[in-house]
Formats: sequence, C-alpha cells, structure tokens
Amino acid sequence: MMPSMTSGVKSPIRYLERRAIHALLLLLGASLLSFLFSSLAPGSFFDEMKLNPQISPETVAALRAQYGLDQPLPVRYVRWVKSVFRGEWGYSFAYNQPVRSLLMVRARNTLLLTTLAMALAWLIAVPIGVWIASRRGRWDDQLASASTSLLLSVPELVLALGLLYLVIRTHALPVGGMVSTGFDRLGSWEKVRDLAAHLIVPVTTLVLASLPILIRHVRASMMEVLQAPFIQAARGHGIGRSRLLFCYALPAAANPLISLFGLSVAGLLSGSLLVEVITGWPGLGPLLLEACFSRDIYVVIGVVMASTMFMILGSLLADVMLLVADPRIRTDHA
Amino acid sequence: MKTRKKNSKKRLIAAAIFLLALHLAILLAGFVAPYEPAVQNRDFPYVPPTRIHFIDARGHLHLRPFIYQAVARADSLYEYTEARDQEFPVRFFVSGSKYKIAGWMPSHTHLFGVNAPAQVFLAGTDNYGRDQFSRILYGGQISLAAGLLATTVSLLLGLCLGCISGFYAGWIDESAMRLAELFLVLPWLYVLLAVRAFLPLHISPSQTFLLLVAVIGTIGWARPARLVRGIVLSARSRKYVTASRGFGASDAYILRRHVLPHTYGTLLTQAALLVPQYVIAEVTLSFFGLGLSEPKPSWGNLLANLQQYNVLVSYWWMFAPALALVLVSLGYLTVANAFHQQLQSGSI
Repeated sequence: MMPSMTSGVKSPIRYLERRAIHALLLLLGASLLSFLFSSLAPGSFFDEMKLNPQISPETVAALRAQYGLDQPLPVRYVRWVKSVFRGEWGYSFAYNQPVRSLLMVRARNTLLLTTLAMALAWLIAVPIGVWIASRRGRWDDQLASASTSLLLSVPELVLALGLLYLVIRTHALPVGGMVSTGFDRLGSWEKVRDLAAHLIVPVTTLVLASLPILIRHVRASMMEVLQAPFIQAARGHGIGRSRLLFCYALPAAANPLISLFGLSVAGLLSGSLLVEVITGWPGLGPLLLEACFSRDIYVVIGVVMASTMFMILGSLLADVMLLVADPRIRTDHA
Repeated sequence: MKTRKKNSKKRLIAAAIFLLALHLAILLAGFVAPYEPAVQNRDFPYVPPTRIHFIDARGHLHLRPFIYQAVARADSLYEYTEARDQEFPVRFFVSGSKYKIAGWMPSHTHLFGVNAPAQVFLAGTDNYGRDQFSRILYGGQISLAAGLLATTVSLLLGLCLGCISGFYAGWIDESAMRLAELFLVLPWLYVLLAVRAFLPLHISPSQTFLLLVAVIGTIGWARPARLVRGIVLSARSRKYVTASRGFGASDAYILRRHVLPHTYGTLLTQAALLVPQYVIAEVTLSFFGLGLSEPKPSWGNLLANLQQYNVLVSYWWMFAPALALVLVSLGYLTVANAFHQQLQSGSI
C-alpha cells in the first residue's frame, strides 16, 4: 500500500515535469525552424532602401551590419536567444524598438479574444453534444449533424465577412478595431460595454467556426460511454436522465475531450489570425501580416513564437486538467 | 446500421457527381464562362447579377429565357435599371471570344451568351465591369489546382516519411515523429504566413503559384505521415510479411506489395480532407495579398474586394466566390465523411 501511495503523490509532479520539458523542447524546435526558414529569405527589410537613390549602398550595408544581418545563421540565432533572455525578443526594424514591447499588447488582445471564444464554444458545444448523443438517430441528432457538416464547410474567412456584412447592414454594432474613438473618456462601465460590443463579431465568428468539430467530438465520445454497462446499471437504478448524462456519463467521456481542448488551441489561433485581420482587432494577426509585408523578420519570428507559446500553454493546461480528471494518470508510471 | 451504410454510399455518390461537375465546369472555364476573365467594361462597374426572365413586360410567357440589357441610371452612380423595351434571349452554344479548351484546343464556342449589345452577368460585375461569373470559373482553376497539387505534395511527403519511419523504426522513426509533432503543434496559418514572409514578394504569377503549392503542401505533411506510420507499423508485423521475408523478399517489395495497399483508404480520406483545407489556405493567402495578385483571378483575390468597406456593404454579389468556396468544401467534406465511414466498416 505504502509504495503506491508515495508514487501516487510523486508521479503527477514528474508527469508535469516531463510535459514541461517537452514544451520547452517544442519551443526550441519552433524557434530553430523559424530561423531556418528565415535564412531562405532572399531579401531583407533594408532591400527596399536600396531602391531609394538618396540612401547610399554604404548606409544600407552599415545598417545591415548594425542589426547583424550580415552574420551567418548560427551567429544570428545565438544573438537572438541572448536577446530573448534579456527580454527583448529581437529588434523590430520597422518600429525601431524591441519586439517584446510590440508583442505584449497584441498578445494580450489575442488572448482575450481566443479565451473568450474558447470558453463560449465549449459551454455551447458540451450540452448540445451530450444531448444529441443521447438522442442518437432521432430528428434532433440528424438536424445537428446536418448543421455541423454545413457549418464545417464554411471557412472562417467567409463566416467573418458574412457576419461583418450583417452587422454593418443592420447598424447593430460598432465595427472595426477593439474600442470606439473617445474610449478614454468613457466611464468604466461604459468601457466594458464598448469593448463587449466590439468583441461580438470576432468572438461569434470563432465560436461558430470551432463549434462543429467540438460538437462532433463530444457526441462521439459520449456515444461510446453511453454503451458502457455502468450506464445501463445506473439507468436500472432509476437515475434521472439529465443526472445520468451530465453527472455519470460526461465525466467518463471527458478524457478525449480534454485532449481535444489542448489540440483545438492551434486551430483557434489560426482562425483568430484571420478574424483579427478582417475585423481590425489589434491582435497578433494584423501585426504578423504587416511584418510579412515589411519583412520585419524578428517580429515575424516573435509572433510565431508567441502563438506557439499559447499553443503550448493550452496543451499544458489540458495536461493539468487531465491529471485532475483522470485518476489513472495520477498513478500511472508510464 | 445497414440503412446508415446505404445512406453513406448514396451520399458519397451524390457528392462525387457534384464535385465532378464542379471540377469539369472549372476545367472547361473557357467554354462555360461567357466572357474572358480580364475583359473590362469600364461603363458597367458593379452591375448586379443579371435577372433571367421568362415572362415579358406584356405578360407573355417565353419558353426560351431572356434578359434585359442593364443601363446605368442617370441620377446615381453605380445603379442600374433594366431596359424593358428589348428582350435578349439567352442562346446556347454561341460563338464568342477565342479561348483554349482545357488549355490546348482552340475554340470560340461558349455554353451560353446573349446577342450584343446586351451582356449577361450571372454573378454581377466588379469595379472594372469584369464578369464575376467568368472570373470565378477561371479563378477556380488556380485555387483548385493549388489545393490539389498541394495535397499531392503533402500526401507524397507524408507517405514517404511515414513509410520510412514505420518500416525502419529506430532513430529515424524517433526523429521524424518528433519533427511531425512540431509541425502539428504549430498554428498552421501563423506558420504559413511566416514562411511566406521569408520568401520573395514580387515574383511572376507562375512562380508565386508554385511557391504557394510548395509551401502549403510542405507544412501539412505531418498528419498523413503519422497516420501512414501507424498503418505501416501494424502491417509490418503481420505474419504474411514475415513469411515473404522468409522467402527472401526485399524491403522494397514488401513495402510495395504488402504494406502500401493498407494505406490507400487512409490516404484517400486524408486527400478528401486536405483538398478543401488547402484551397482555403490558398484563398486566405491571396486574400491577404500574399498569394496570386491581380489581374490573374483566384478566389482569394476575388474575395479581397470585400476588404473595402463600401464594397462589402453595397455589393452583395461580391460574395459569390465565397459560395463557390463553400460548395467545394461541402463536396469534399461529404466525400471524406463517407470514405471514413466505409473505412471503418472495412469495405475499402
């Protein structure tokens, strides 16, 4: 009894440790990969300057040397890693400031948008998925499966544009950006309302885009559980339908769903990039797009790293939740 | 269960026929489209879709559908009325501008058209008065070809790496799968944009196209590779593989004869899933202005018109390329679903 007890206490920490090391390795891999790709670049930010007759080639060369662009790839990578440890994350040529200060605000905005969308999407998807799993093959199940397939084939781009069209035509909501002009003069309650009004279009788009996959997965994993003998037994004991579904079946079906939660962050982030650009939400998306056009490579790498970090945070969160939800993992040595 | 299977088969056939028709129409864009994609009618910007009539102003029924010519209203900009005084019957197999059927057979017959001076714009016109219906068809050639080619690239890469990884195991397997994990974990659109950012911006359209295909296809190799690896891993330990090895079969023979056939079903399903995803990827890049640019039409840069506020609000027919996009994804996803169901019931 004793040894299993101690391992039961120790192994979750070791499990999390392993996951954290894994996450760090992923970050390292992502940064290496971005640098490798960046070395493919034939041009740089300063190439546009060469076209300008007023700037001499020597100046451009000097600038390149100043930012270290004339160095070989490994040297640039090491310099970048050092600047990450200094908390600068490289230097933006276009904004003429360290990348981190640019990223922080944008990352916060993206985080606000995506966490809200994610929470809402799960809150909607779980009850629907559980319900239609229990109504397998009836009209509501078929309706749900038809509408999820339809929704699945509408890309986020089209969803966002369509919603924007509706909102503009009906003049129901403010459009574009994150807050209205004159935001600073508003009272704190009005500030929240203004922000919420601006959030509706991007959040709705993201929720609609992620709903079909979530609903399908909830349904599938619930279906599996509902066939288990213990559900039959519980039903035989006369436990009510909704209590049976949500208190007995759902926890048993939670495992694959929590893993899905970790995986779905990547899709949500990609969707968020698009939605941000279309609705003018000042998140990471527009920053990345601008940086793409101006070839501001450290901003591009910074944004990719930030999105990878979100991604990894999502999966770490999923790991923790799995640990809480599933006692098997807590005692498992593997 | 049985009816479900039957249903899925029916749905598969319906979706396949629909997709075939769509692809054929896009492949034969020159024939189906009434006009050339680049022809401008500067006097007719933002004409709404032409209405097809059967009953004329005097209340007579026409068996052959007809249209009225669009005329600009004198009192306001970009607004049109129909000139009700003359009917222009829609004619089929008319001769018009020259084009090449599927790129090689010169022809000038179009599926439908109307006599001059009237013009038929099934999906309206854009800011230069170019026929959107024709542009959607021609743009589909680029968007679909990009999706299909990128899918081929992904599947080939995935197949090769998955086979090697599953068959030879050891450190090759380990490192390939770690790399796959990395690619799976990264948000694809961020990576796509980042990779695109590092590649030259201003190059010729055909170069851009190949570049897009290469980039999109390369980023997506991880999922097929992992699936193929799993299948190869389980196929490798079958008894008939051991037996044929005992008979002196080479690795290449075993792979080709005994292992690869197991992957076909999965590859097919993956293909049906990847094509719409990659079409959307191309559309997204072109929408952002990082893909193919004007005057070459692609669904992405057609949709990019909607980035202008006034276009989005006033000209709903500019959403037409989105409809084409949705139809393509719907078709492919239905096929993928049906494949998946058949695969699980073991009939592929």
